Amino acid sequence: MKCKKIINELADYLDESLDPILRSSIEEHLGDCKDCRIVVDTTKQTIEIFCNSEPAPLPLTTRQRLHEALAKHLRHLRA
Amino acid sequence: MNSPKLDPVESHALPSQVVKADEPILVSAAKNGDISAFETLVGRYERKIFRLTQNITQNREDAEDAMQEAFLKAFQHLDEFQGNSRFYTWLVRIAVNQALMKLRKRRPNVVSLDEEIDTGEDMMPRDVEDWGPSPQQRYEQTELSEILGKVIGELESPFRVVFQLRDIEEMSTEETAEALGLSVPAVKSRLLRARLKLRQKLNQYFKQGGSREVQKNH
Repeated sequence: MKCKKIINELADYLDESLDPILRSSIEEHLGDCKDCRIVVDTTKQTIEIFCNSEPAPLPLTTRQRLHEALAKHLRHLRA
Repeated sequence: MNSPKLDPVESHALPSQVVKADEPILVSAAKNGDISAFETLVGRYERKIFRLTQNITQNREDAEDAMQEAFLKAFQHLDEFQGNSRFYTWLVRIAVNQALMKLRKRRPNVVSLDEEIDTGEDMMPRDVEDWGPSPQQRYEQTELSEILGKVIGELESPFRVVFQLRDIEEMSTEETAEALGLSVPAVKSRLLRARLKLRQKLNQYFKQGGSREVQKNH
């Protein structure tokens, strides 16, 4: 298997949605190819870093404006 | 590293399908006009929704407006929420639409999500360098948030939006396709490019040593 094929199948490989035969040949290639192994590992880490990152607290003024707008409009909508 | 928070009994399910125990009660109360129940839901999700609208619009004022409009629309249309997904997933879809409208208004010639994208660029990664375990722990939380916000902001919007829904909001490929009016293959293709581009951009922050060229056996 060529490195280019690994990259093309990378998303499905990381999402564990590949059929077992293709998955097994990718893993065989990864055992021999350090560059592909690093690309797979660092792409996986990229997803995990974003997925696990906590959103920053809302800026105070943003939060104030949001809750003022909600207070104004929600009561109006309910009425 | 924090793991995604799943309800323990439903840890096999997609995060977008896991319902927090009190969510149906809050939604039901809000449907009956209980504003404080709705405000509890707002308080629970405001930070995530603002990150989403900020990531999509890349403009603070638009992000604030899109967030406000999303919450108001959600309240107005609560009767249409059937409970087939998490309330949050339903809210995300509303917020994405509001954010995309802002983005299209500001940059009408740049944003077209439904066009086929064939940049013709080589997807083979250029810099291959190990990051070591938990590279994000080398940064303070605030600094890491800034880095992530910066690199995702550098992505073109069609890639940015797909990555936001699929890998940050953890919606399924099918949910992402439906929310954006794209085909499943289009979502997969954009997601792959988005992931590789972000990996490349994060490489400058997380690599352990000097980068090197990939060996040409591809």
